[in-house]
Amino acid sequence: MLEIKNLNVAIGGRRILNDLDLKVAAGEVAAIMGPNGSGKSTLAYVIAGKEDYEVLSGEVLLDGENVLELSPDERAAKGLFLAFQYPVEIPGVATMTFLKAALNAQRKQRGEEELSIPEFMKRVKKAGDMLDIKPEMLRRALNVGFSGGEKKRMDIMQMALLEPRFAILDETDSGLDIDAVRIVADGVNALRSRQRGFLVITHYPRLLEHIVPDTVHVMAGGRIVRSGGKELASELERTGYREYAEEAA
Amino acid sequence: MAAVQETVERVKAIDVDQYKYGFFTDIEAEKAPKGLNEDIVRFISAKKNEPEWLTAWRLEAYRRWVTMREPTWARVSYPPIDYQELYYYSAPKTASGPKSLEEVDPELLRTYEKLGIPLNERAILAGVEGAGQEASRGVAVDAVFDSVSVFTTFKAELAKAGVIFCPISEAVQTHPELVRKYLGSVVPPTDNFFATLNSAVFSDGSFVYVPPGVRCPMELSTYFRINERNTGQFERTLIIADKGAYVSYLEGCTAPRRDENQLHAAVVELIALDDAEIKYSTVQNWYPGDAEGKGGVFNFVTKRGDCRGQNSKISWTQVETGSAITWKYPSCILRGDNSRGEFYSIAISNGHQQVDSGTKMIHLGKNTTSRVISKGIAAGHSQNTYRGQISSHRKATGARNFTNCDSLLIGNDCGAHTVPYIESRNPSTQFEHEATTSKISEDQLFYCRQRGLSAEEATALIVNGFVRDVLQQLPMEFAVEAQKLISVSLEGSVG
Ligand SMILES: Nc1ncnc2c1ncn2[C@@H]1O[C@H](COP(=O)(O)OP(=O)(O)OP(=O)(O)O)[C@@H](O)[C@H]1O
Ligand SMILES: [Mg+2]
Repeated sequence: MLEIKNLNVAIGGRRILNDLDLKVAAGEVAAIMGPNGSGKSTLAYVIAGKEDYEVLSGEVLLDGENVLELSPDERAAKGLFLAFQYPVEIPGVATMTFLKAALNAQRKQRGEEELSIPEFMKRVKKAGDMLDIKPEMLRRALNVGFSGGEKKRMDIMQMALLEPRFAILDETDSGLDIDAVRIVADGVNALRSRQRGFLVITHYPRLLEHIVPDTVHVMAGGRIVRSGGKELASELERTGYREYAEEAA
Repeated sequence: MAAVQETVERVKAIDVDQYKYGFFTDIEAEKAPKGLNEDIVRFISAKKNEPEWLTAWRLEAYRRWVTMREPTWARVSYPPIDYQELYYYSAPKTASGPKSLEEVDPELLRTYEKLGIPLNERAILAGVEGAGQEASRGVAVDAVFDSVSVFTTFKAELAKAGVIFCPISEAVQTHPELVRKYLGSVVPPTDNFFATLNSAVFSDGSFVYVPPGVRCPMELSTYFRINERNTGQFERTLIIADKGAYVSYLEGCTAPRRDENQLHAAVVELIALDDAEIKYSTVQNWYPGDAEGKGGVFNFVTKRGDCRGQNSKISWTQVETGSAITWKYPSCILRGDNSRGEFYSIAISNGHQQVDSGTKMIHLGKNTTSRVISKGIAAGHSQNTYRGQISSHRKATGARNFTNCDSLLIGNDCGAHTVPYIESRNPSTQFEHEATTSKISEDQLFYCRQRGLSAEEATALIVNGFVRDVLQQLPMEFAVEAQKLISVSLEGSVG
């Protein structure tokens, strides 16, 4: 479903991603782990279409279509979702307003009709209940004054509402308390399906006990240096990343 | 940077075609000869069949005006205006005093329909079906076309409540004592260059009188349209809320798209007596000029409210998106004890627009309070200045003001400036001032776009969030309209 071929990316003249290859099949949950600064967030941003990054070569295919030429919003409408490592605050814009604008913008791009208010409210309630987000929070400005954990849950709630085909979670678990990790994991698990792929970036094997991945990839120095099954995560916890330092260099 | 850059490019590209109101109505007009002299002043006064005192009042203003100089302190630059190259009076030939809608020139009706301002009362009421007390949900409109008022709706309904709402030229005939008592009592004919010019040549505008204890049963609204080429528009609005009265008034304006600049120099005077309240809202959308900065309206406006009575309140709300030049400082004189003044402003500039706008809160009475919330948004190559003066007289014991003015920049070629003057002559005065300047961040834009919003939609959403406190001050009926206007003036297809 997602296929990355020979991706090379630089920022400000500095190489961040090097000949990166990665495949995630439909229905698969792939985890990426790796040391700080190895390029995990960069990969997530490039897939989602953030400007500033210079794609030197390579392709990012979503169901066979190269998305690198598309704008971020076009990619979103095609079902690409990124839960941010640091969700952004939008002062003065009620969360509910934002959710409606986002959902309808995607629908419009796909040539679908706007949702009726009752239908929209029904979906919001469902996603909100799933992530334990109170209606009161939806009336507040998006992410403004939200705690770190609330922001992360809000991002996953948006994922539940937007029902993407492929979702990237960038360290969604960091900053979450024990209960919140479970809530978020339950949310993700509820969305797992044969048609949907996930790329879960994390530093903590704990998350992967809740969201059990099909594959685990180790990223170092801007490339995937090792791939394996879910057992790789616990192995890394014991060994650390030292052995990959050379390959990364 | 790239995303903001792109937004800016798009905004620039659409700027010209975005102005939906740029059409011209081909209708025969009666004009005064070009230029300005005492005869022109007399001509205008005679056209309106004015009493002698008013002719004399105008002439005195004119004689004063020729000795005055155009002010230069505002942060705006424009080529010199040749006042002898303008027409000072233009009226559609067919407009003279229609009594019913059937008598209004159909071409004019079509114009207002195109502008989205229905003048047909029945149609308006039909539009708010199920409204129980019909009239209270409608909005009474006075439509001013170039120099004259062409029609006023719901006059009869209002008369039942004792409210007078008519063109000021008509009020001069029907209620001369009120006009004479209040005209120029807030903005004297000597006030400033543009106000003095207006006093000499003012053409039409609205007159409102709400009698003691009456709560005006509907929103009042005036819609100004400049149509003719090289014609200055000098409207004059006078609103009086007598003791314990309340009125909410909205002003809207548009002009055709033209390569040459059009001059607009209005005067608005508000008077609130004891316990009265006036809420005055403006949605200003004069033609802003094209992408290169060619054409557009020069908007030099003097608006002032006098809280003359105790416990009176005047509140200005403005959404400014149009005009090439905006020079405008709606102010409050807080004369009555415990009176309150408010100023809520959204000023958006794009393309080559220049905005110098703000307010004056002059605290004279005891325990007077004022509140100023200003949101300036600059995009393109525009310059956006907030200029505010807060002062307290030595007798103004317990005066308080809170000012918050925020600026938002979109792109790198625009500027936002804040010029506050604070002057306190009474030691018990408490003035608070907050100001911020920010830019729409790349991260905010990317976040919104990742969730599916286009660059334009994302910008509009963020800007709407930025101006939310002020939008909430607008009458419900117009808040939605204003929100759309904000999107349109910044964006492409949004709204
Ligand atoms: N805008 C930028 N300008 C310069 N360098 C950048 C920029 N963005 C990222 N980098 C650099 O690219 C490298 C990869 O950063 P990235 O955020 O992708 O790492 P990461 O694997 O997500 O790390 P972490 O685990 O700490 O989140 C880092 O060395 C970072 O400093
Ligand atoms: Mg990261």
